[in-house]
Amino acid sequence: MFPPVPNPTTQPEAPRFGEKDLIRRSASTVTPPAERQTEVAKLIDVSKCIGCKACQSACIEWNDTHPAIETNTGIYENPHDLTPDMFTLMRFTEWENPETNNLEWLIRKDGCMHCEDPGCLKACPAPGAIVQYSNGIVDFVHENCIGCGYCIKGCPFNIPRISQVDHTAYKCTLCSDRVAVGQGPACAKACPTQAIVWGTKDEMKEWAADRVEDLKSRGFENAGLYDPPGVGGTHVMYVLHHADQPQLYSNLPENPRISPVVEAWKGVTKYAGLAVLGIAAATGFMHYLVAGPNRVSEEDEEAAERLTGEGRS
Amino acid sequence: MSIDVKANGNYEVGKDERVHPGKPVVVDRYTAGARINHWITATSLVLLALSGLALFHPSLFFLTGLFGGGQLTRIIHPWIGVILFFSFFGLFLRFWKANLWRRDDSDWLAHGRDVLAGHEERAPEVGKYNAGQKLVFWSMSALIIVLITSGVVIWDQYFSVFTTVEQKRWAVLVHSIAAIVAICVWIIHVYSAFWVRGTIRAMTRGSVTGGWAWRHHRKWLRDLVARTPHDKSGRTPAE
Repeated sequence: MFPPVPNPTTQPEAPRFGEKDLIRRSASTVTPPAERQTEVAKLIDVSKCIGCKACQSACIEWNDTHPAIETNTGIYENPHDLTPDMFTLMRFTEWENPETNNLEWLIRKDGCMHCEDPGCLKACPAPGAIVQYSNGIVDFVHENCIGCGYCIKGCPFNIPRISQVDHTAYKCTLCSDRVAVGQGPACAKACPTQAIVWGTKDEMKEWAADRVEDLKSRGFENAGLYDPPGVGGTHVMYVLHHADQPQLYSNLPENPRISPVVEAWKGVTKYAGLAVLGIAAATGFMHYLVAGPNRVSEEDEEAAERLTGEGRS
Repeated sequence: MSIDVKANGNYEVGKDERVHPGKPVVVDRYTAGARINHWITATSLVLLALSGLALFHPSLFFLTGLFGGGQLTRIIHPWIGVILFFSFFGLFLRFWKANLWRRDDSDWLAHGRDVLAGHEERAPEVGKYNAGQKLVFWSMSALIIVLITSGVVIWDQYFSVFTTVEQKRWAVLVHSIAAIVAICVWIIHVYSAFWVRGTIRAMTRGSVTGGWAWRHHRKWLRDLVARTPHDKSGRTPAE
């Protein structure tokens, strides 16, 4: 058993990270802190998950969200998808393993992966609406959010959702408010099987290595850790029994990265676009300096008078 | 004159365009309707450029202040886009015929350097619009179609469910590139109106001087004069 985070003291304590620990801030430049905090991570061991949805309940309870009561459409997912009120969702897949002919129930807890290279933050046009702390948490700051939905386009995991109530974007905060006072995320606290554990990123990798070894000894030879390098690694990681086929788990992307279309839009287009506008304006200005105004001459007016005179005759 | 009329027989001149002889000659170029239509389009385009640029580059985010903040900018921008689309469509219906490409236009374009250097007389005579104006017209028409189409795809509040995230990614890229090109075309349009003196009054008061028409749109002037009925007062019947 991984040692769980102890219960908090009853004494108030100062937050352990805040504004001064930002390493990225959307549409702004920040001076990163001289010293980075220890990177944290949540490890979701899919092989241990029993699908009880305690994590979802804990998430709703802690974040005080109120997901709509929906209709049963014959699937286990409830609600049907991530919503502005449901930051995490158990996604259920029934998969028949062709090698063993066994039916495997693959249950993946979906939600923000807290990428080291966050696409949402890169796409965001509003200064300070998305921030990344030096411990790895990527958080949305609602007072700065303008509800444009660019974060959805930037995200390689299709996580953020725009609320139709306050028109701002919502997603898992990795319980930044709990972590700030030394607690782990609510979902990890609620998980009855330790399928969700919480600690530093290094601890989680070590723990995952043990789990992978255990799974391999049980015949899951492709078991492995999902910490995709295409987004610089993530601060939410999975232990998968079939790490060679992540798409089995409700289309978990095999090699997630920020879309090259988004990179082109937020990269070369942004800078080249402004440059082209500047050049166009400067060219006009230079032309005016060199060529001067194009004025109608007295002869032009006389020619027109002669022409209309002819026209009348 | 008659020779010119035959040569220009296929040329379109608007029925509201009239020549008023005098000193100087005054030529009606745009009706009040066309001018109002133009300025609605112009205002929308400027507001769209300001609000769009605010969301395009972080250094211009402060422009959202003009619209009452980021949320309001996000709300207003697409609605102004709808206004621009319909307003420009009005202009398109008014002007598309006079902007059809003719063989002379290619010749005129080949003299582009001369024109820019102030030697317009070396280029062929021009009808209501020269080749440059026609290019502005058609590129704006095409760009506005691209902008409204891609804009609807990224208008998340109402249309997010109709497209995939990948389609939205392409739409936002296409939208921003098209907008940059449109602003460049706008810069050309505004600069030309400013550089060619006597042009702006065509869109404000609706008329230009005969000298202006002679210098820049001689074929148009000739056609208008040729069409004017020959009566002794030199006035058209409507006056």
